[in-house]
Amino acid sequence: MIGKGIPRGFIITLKNFFRSPVTVQYPDRKVSLFEYAKIHNKNIFKLFFSQPMLSIKISLGLISVPSSVEQSQRFRGNEFTFFEERCTACASCAKYCPLGIIEIVSVPGGFDAQEGESYKLDVFDIDIGRCMFCGLCVEACPYDALHMGTKFEKSTYVRDDLIITKEKLAESEKSPSSFYRPQFEKKKFDPFKDNIKDHYKAGRHEKPEYKELKKKWVDDR
Amino acid sequence: MPLETKPVTVNLGPQHPSTHGVFRMRVTFDGEEIVDVEPVFGYLHRGSEKLAEERTYSQIVTLTDRMDYVSSMLNNQAYTLAVEKLCDIVPSPRGVWLRMIASELQRIASHFVATGFLLQDLGALGTPLIYCMRERENILDLFEMLCGARITNSYLRPGGVFMDAPDVFWPALDRSLGDIEKSIDEIEEYLSGNEIIFSRTKGTAVLSSESLVNASITGPMLRASGVDWDLRHRNPYDFYSEVTFKRILHTASDNYARYWVRVQEMRESLKIISQCIKNIEPGPVRPSFDDVPRLVRPEPGDSYAAIEGSKGELGFYLVSDGGISPYRMHVRAPSLINLTLLREMLVGELFGDLFVIFGSVDLNMGEVDR
Repeated sequence: MIGKGIPRGFIITLKNFFRSPVTVQYPDRKVSLFEYAKIHNKNIFKLFFSQPMLSIKISLGLISVPSSVEQSQRFRGNEFTFFEERCTACASCAKYCPLGIIEIVSVPGGFDAQEGESYKLDVFDIDIGRCMFCGLCVEACPYDALHMGTKFEKSTYVRDDLIITKEKLAESEKSPSSFYRPQFEKKKFDPFKDNIKDHYKAGRHEKPEYKELKKKWVDDR
Repeated sequence: MPLETKPVTVNLGPQHPSTHGVFRMRVTFDGEEIVDVEPVFGYLHRGSEKLAEERTYSQIVTLTDRMDYVSSMLNNQAYTLAVEKLCDIVPSPRGVWLRMIASELQRIASHFVATGFLLQDLGALGTPLIYCMRERENILDLFEMLCGARITNSYLRPGGVFMDAPDVFWPALDRSLGDIEKSIDEIEEYLSGNEIIFSRTKGTAVLSSESLVNASITGPMLRASGVDWDLRHRNPYDFYSEVTFKRILHTASDNYARYWVRVQEMRESLKIISQCIKNIEPGPVRPSFDDVPRLVRPEPGDSYAAIEGSKGELGFYLVSDGGISPYRMHVRAPSLINLTLLREMLVGELFGDLFVIFGSVDLNMGEVDR
C-alpha cells in the first residue's frame, strides 16, 4: 500500500531517538556531579558545600574528565614491551618483519661454561613511524622477549622520535597485550590495570617438554 | 520552437565526496541524461602484487588486508587457500572452522557497509548509514577480541589461524548474532518497503543475465539477475560442503534486486555461523611448525584458489619458482571486474541515479587499483 512505508520508517527513527548513544567521547568526556564525586571518591554533599563554584560548573557541563576507549586484551598497540634479559639477539623479529624496520646490532657478550658463547644487544631500533602493527615480530620471537603493547597514545611532534630504541623500550610502561601470548590469558592478566616489571613473571608461551625434546633430537635421529 | 542543446562533459572525481573513494569518471550529459562515460582508474595504486614478489609467503597476509579494506578476512582466506594449494598443506580443522566464522562475520560487515552507502547515495543522508555502521561496529569488536585489530586483521595463516579464540569471544559472538538479526529486521522494516526506495531503485540500471555472464561478473550482482552461481555451493572450499544455506536469488536485476540480495545474504551468513559454532571441535588451530614452518619453500608450480567474496569471486593466483617468495602473484579482484558493464548501466540513466548505480555495484577502490 502506498504511503505506509514512510511513516513506518519514521517510527523506527523515533525509536532510535531514545536509545542510549553508542559513540564514545574521546579524549575527554563531560560528567555529571554524581559521577564526578564517584571518580574522585568524595561524598556528593561534601563536594557541593566545600566547592560550590566547581559543583555549579560541573552541573553546567563545563568540566570534563579524561575518558578511555574500551579495548580487548589482544589489542596491538604501539608501546612495545621488551625484556632485554631474555633477548639473545637472534634477529628473528628483524627477519620476519614484512617492512624491515627493525634494526639489530649484536656484539659478543661473553662466555659461560654451561651455556657457551652468548650475544648481547648493542642496537635495537623499531621505526614505528613505518610500522603497521601486524605483530609478526612478536609471533617470531622464540624467547618471548618482545610483546605488543596495549597503549596507543604515543604521538610525537618530530618524526625521528618515533624510532624507539632499546633505552626507550626499557623505560616504557610494561603492560603487554596477550597477542600471540596465551599465557597472559591463562593467568587472567589484565594489561589495563596491571603491569609486569620482572621478566620472570611474564611466562613462556610454548615451552616444549623434556620428553618431546628428547624424542625430537635424540630418539628420532 | 525547441531549444538547441549541446552535450556537456563533466569531470567527476577523483575527490568527489560521493564517488566511493578515488574513482574518476568523465561523464557526458545531454541535459540530465548520461550519454557517455569514461572511467579512469589508478589513483590508489600501491603495487601490492609487485610488493608480494619480495616478501615471504607468511608476510604477504599483511598485504592482502589492505586490498579490499572492508573485507580483509575474506582476502586473508582466499590467499591462505592459494598458499595451502601450492604447498600441499593440510589445515587444522579447528582453524578452518574459526576462519569460516571470521569470514562470514566479515561478509555481514561488508554488506552492511554496502547497504549503508547505497542509501547514502540515494540521498538518505546520515541516518541509515550510521545505523549500518553501528551494527558493523559489533563485528569489528569481535575481530578485536580475535586478533587485536579491527580492520587490518592478518588473522589467518597458511594452515589455519594464528591463535585460538579467547574465552570472552564465544559469549560475545552469541550476543551479537542476536543483535545483528534484530538489526537486519529493522533495516528491512524501514527500507525494504519504503516507497521512496522503490521509486528510486526499481527499474534502474537493468542488465540482462546474458550480458552479466559474458562480462564474467560474479557475486550479488549476478545472483540478482537469477543466475545461481555461488562458489560456496558450486565449488565448496574449506568446510562449506558441511553446512547448509539457502542461495538467494532475484530475477529483476535492477538496483533494488542487488540491495535485496545483499540484505538476505546477511541472514544466510548468520545461519552459517551458528552451524559453525555447533560443529567446531577442540584441537590445535594451526599445524605444528615442523609441518608448516614460518618460511615455506613450495615446489615450482602455480596455484589458483577462489572464494565467494562479499563482492564476487575473489581469486589469488600464485606462481612459485622454488624460492621463499612467489615469482608472481595475481589477484582476481571482483570490484574491478564488476565495473566492466559500467557504461551499459549508466548510459541512458539520469544524473541523480549515477551514484545510486555506483552504490549498488558495491566497489572498493582499494581492490580496484590494488
